[in-house]
Amino acid sequence: MSVYLLRRLLQSALVMLAMSVIVFVGVYAIGDPVEILISPDADQMERERAIQALGLDLPLWQQYLSFLANALRGDLGRSFVFNEPALQLILQRMPATLELAFGAMFLALLVGLPLGLYAGLKPNSTGSKVIMAGSILGFSLPTFWVGLMLIMVFAVQLGWLPSTGRGPTVEVLGLRWSFLTWDGLRHLAMPALNLALFKISLVIRLTRAGVRETMLMDYVKFARAKGLTNNRVTYVHVFKNILIPVVTVVGLELGSTIAFSVVTESVFAWPGMGKLIIDSINVLDRPVIVAYLMIIVLMFITINLVVDLAYSALDPRVRLENK
Amino acid sequence: MIRRARAATVAAVLALTPGLAGAAWAQNLTMAVGAQVTSLDPHYHALSPNFAVATMLFDTLTRLDENARLQPGLAESWKPVEPTIWEFKLRPGVKFHNGNDFAAEDVAFTVDRVPNVPNSPSSYGIYTRAIERVELVDPLTVRFHTRAPYPLLPTDLAQVAMLDRQTHENATTEGFNAGTLAIGTGPFRYVSFRSGDRLELQRNDDYWGEKPHWEKVSYRILANDASRTAALLAGDVDFIDQVPTSDLNNLRRSDRVHLAERDGLRIIFLALDHQHPEGSPLITDAQGRKLSVNPLRDMRVRRALSLAIDRPAIAARVMEGTAKPSGQFLPTSAFGAIPDLEAPATDAEAAKKLLAEAGYPDGFRITLSGPNDRYINDSRIIQAIGQMWTRIGVRTTVDAQPWTTFVARAGRFELSAFLVGWSSSSGEASNPLRSLVATYDRDKGFGTSNRGRYSNPAMDAKLEEALRELDDGRREALLRDATRMAMEDVGIIPIHLQKNVWAMRPTLTHNSRTDELTRAQDVRPAASN
Amino acid sequence: MSTTTAAPDTPAAAPKAETPWRRFAAEFAESKLALLGLGVFVLIALIAIFAPWLAPQNPYDLAQLDIMDGRLEPGTRNGMDTFTYWLGTDDQGRDMLSGIMYGLRISLLVGAGSAIIACAVGASLGLLAAYAGGRTDTVIMRLVDLQLSFPTILAALMILAFLGKGVFNVVIALVIVEWAYYARTVRGTALVERRREYIEAAQCLALPTRRVIFRHLLPNCMPPLIVVGTMQIARAIALEATLSFLGLGVPITEPSLGLLISNGYEYMLSGRYWISFYPGIALLVTIVSINLVGDQLRDVLNPRLKK
Repeated sequence: MSVYLLRRLLQSALVMLAMSVIVFVGVYAIGDPVEILISPDADQMERERAIQALGLDLPLWQQYLSFLANALRGDLGRSFVFNEPALQLILQRMPATLELAFGAMFLALLVGLPLGLYAGLKPNSTGSKVIMAGSILGFSLPTFWVGLMLIMVFAVQLGWLPSTGRGPTVEVLGLRWSFLTWDGLRHLAMPALNLALFKISLVIRLTRAGVRETMLMDYVKFARAKGLTNNRVTYVHVFKNILIPVVTVVGLELGSTIAFSVVTESVFAWPGMGKLIIDSINVLDRPVIVAYLMIIVLMFITINLVVDLAYSALDPRVRLENK
Repeated sequence: MIRRARAATVAAVLALTPGLAGAAWAQNLTMAVGAQVTSLDPHYHALSPNFAVATMLFDTLTRLDENARLQPGLAESWKPVEPTIWEFKLRPGVKFHNGNDFAAEDVAFTVDRVPNVPNSPSSYGIYTRAIERVELVDPLTVRFHTRAPYPLLPTDLAQVAMLDRQTHENATTEGFNAGTLAIGTGPFRYVSFRSGDRLELQRNDDYWGEKPHWEKVSYRILANDASRTAALLAGDVDFIDQVPTSDLNNLRRSDRVHLAERDGLRIIFLALDHQHPEGSPLITDAQGRKLSVNPLRDMRVRRALSLAIDRPAIAARVMEGTAKPSGQFLPTSAFGAIPDLEAPATDAEAAKKLLAEAGYPDGFRITLSGPNDRYINDSRIIQAIGQMWTRIGVRTTVDAQPWTTFVARAGRFELSAFLVGWSSSSGEASNPLRSLVATYDRDKGFGTSNRGRYSNPAMDAKLEEALRELDDGRREALLRDATRMAMEDVGIIPIHLQKNVWAMRPTLTHNSRTDELTRAQDVRPAASN
Repeated sequence: MSTTTAAPDTPAAAPKAETPWRRFAAEFAESKLALLGLGVFVLIALIAIFAPWLAPQNPYDLAQLDIMDGRLEPGTRNGMDTFTYWLGTDDQGRDMLSGIMYGLRISLLVGAGSAIIACAVGASLGLLAAYAGGRTDTVIMRLVDLQLSFPTILAALMILAFLGKGVFNVVIALVIVEWAYYARTVRGTALVERRREYIEAAQCLALPTRRVIFRHLLPNCMPPLIVVGTMQIARAIALEATLSFLGLGVPITEPSLGLLISNGYEYMLSGRYWISFYPGIALLVTIVSINLVGDQLRDVLNPRLKK
């Protein structure tokens, strides 16, 4: 097991190295950040000074090597735009994105699992047809459009929820969280729902598909034959089995939710990492882009590992091997 | 949901919005701005949103008022005592937020720090470069020695926020962002700053000038246009800037929202490729074959392209009235602008005739490029111009790209005609002339944004003469001559000057600035208060 | 082989004359909703294919647009009084009906094209990983990790920055960002399936590896693949819309449905709903019809659901 872990970690380090090269070259190819950052009034001399100040006058491989050397010491560079350590900038904004992503996942499971279970157990009822139709709508609507609709209805028309932004925060463990205050929750509701919409549909469909398949399995028939109660069959035997695909996908989707909260964050002006990365891409703030990607990759690798471990715990047929 | 979307016009929305404004907020102001504030260090990144924030926390020696005219700031008066020496008299009794006095040594310290901020991606050093050394005459008098006669020094210094030598010795940008060093002489004090989210301010009750009305200000960054309007309509914020043109029609008719509109200094224009005499990269003949000459080097072609553009239609239809068609860089009232030079009248017939004269009776094909995320309605404007050019026989393809991609291609001279904008930071004509149409010259700092590489030596000479002239009257006449030369030669094709629009609760008024800055001290309760 | 495994469970349920294809069609037709979806989808596809002959205007030809006809309400006659803008016009005076017809072409091309290519690439690699195991598995799955850890929008931005805007480039970008989902899904299922008896049986019969993978393993990995596939088509179309919303995607002069929506998006608040609303409806109907078909396909194709 520990050999397996070590192996995975080594592979992960390689992945991160590859990523950093790709991103470095990619951002370099897009354009020159100085062209975007510099004051239009600047002359050629000022331009050259800025290029030098940001270390962009060196050949690309040299820039990369010095980045790598610093990265090994835990320094991912300073933002061109904010002149602050890129890592610090991202970590400052991480709680906002984390609470948004977890809020969305929580909503997705809270709504998706029961609805999916119902739709799977009673596939021909009107209710489950409505649920399935709703789930199709759920991932048919473009996120940015739904976001604006939510704002128009719940903030502007009904005035129930604040339109944009993040509410007041409370400091816990040195980080600032907003979900611990009532106003913070009110701010969180719409963006989390917006982000969750797609996942809710996903969870509904996965759960339903799983239930329908499992119900036909011999061991379920056997359990019934043994005279177990319907509830016990459903909640112990069926539920445990359908959790495998749901856990996989939810685990994977958590990472992508964090990475892809970009659109929701820009529509709702949610000051998280996603918004930071879009802003950084727009101004080609390479240190922040690279640092962000390193963090995301790390997060994904961790999530994948956890999912794989959970997988083997839940499904004895899948074994982690040290081949 | 969908049916609701359809019904939810602004009119309906406004009718349902809970009562706006209340006594409880009388001392507090919540503003939402569209542009990112990247740093509180007033010398780190020369960018107008940063400068707007800097002028709330700090002061400058001179300042530009709402009409972009020069006014006293921390300096009470200034004059050239010799062609290369400017003398500034400082305002007595000014204190920093921490109680330190503002004096001449702080000016010398500031001028010293400005070009030396580490990692600065765009330094304010361009505004202090003319200064060779600073001479401290007495605590309230400083003399700036320049290498050559430099009439624009007082204008340049309006961009340079003054720091305290004692507090800001070895100051870092992080220190400013964290608030410990965000200490100036300005009308507001720092309370908190969350980068990318909001800046909280508090009134400086010891301010030397006119004190702002607001005790507390929350300055929020809401980059998404629709969200910003929605936040105002929902009552979450009291004031927004950069109102999207698409919302204007309804907001104008509404009595629940008050709008402030102001002609701006930003010119939107087309730059043309003068660089390639042997054929422009994105131009072919009418059949799609490569041309061996660059039609844009022919003045008749440039004039035809300019005459083909229906500027009033763009201003009315695309910009919804928030643009003023223009035939030059600046509003006619600005220093160095030509008072009677209006936008050329649209004349498609004359345009076709000029094309035929130039040897293109069947026109040619061109790609018109532009950014899609930089200026108001940028990609819509180039599509509209594409329609108009196509109608005179110049078959136009439109290519709108994100600014990052666009500017890289423009910098490699891969484009033939493209839309860009320019806002004159000094509010007078030498600034656009020098940056946009003067022949590119690295050492003189000319033509730095002349991406089409237009060149007109006669105009260059006039401009250089103007830049040495200390007498305002003579300088203005020279600048007008230079402007006329560039415009008659159609070096660039001006389209329009943007109007800036702010929206607020009807209980507020705004002293709108022509230079686009959005600041809390410019907002006050309406007359009833 | 899937039919063989199912065979013991379906003793003589079907008449002898029935071919597998007929049975498939009959099972598909059991759901009226799915039939409706199929009908609507065929209609949409026909509209998309024949748009140049059906549309009153060529919305890509700048010479046919007139800015003075911009933002007209649905039902207004055009400036030259030759036809009616039944769904209104956008800011450039583009007829929305024509715009939607042409936009459907692009959205369908982008969505289906990228999904099919990504599925082919991803599923093959996923199967290979699960079947071969060992080093092959490791390399492929690390590649998947690498891909999944790359935020879609950033990947798309970079690819499009390299290649420039354009329909084909968007398809490439979408394939690059989506293939890994298929690979991971297929591998997950295949890992379980390859331990089942029928694979072992096939291996014992010394069938060629390729045959075992594609004829035996693949059909049994289909159900989750179709779930993911239907979602990914919808996702690809929505993603393309999002890219357009962020200013990347397809060129503004050849708008897809997504670009039409984002063009009209900022007019929503000001009451000119039609610019964003009708393309939105077209997009929704398209995606919903695809999903209805995909849903039923999944039920029909799933060997484990056979009664």
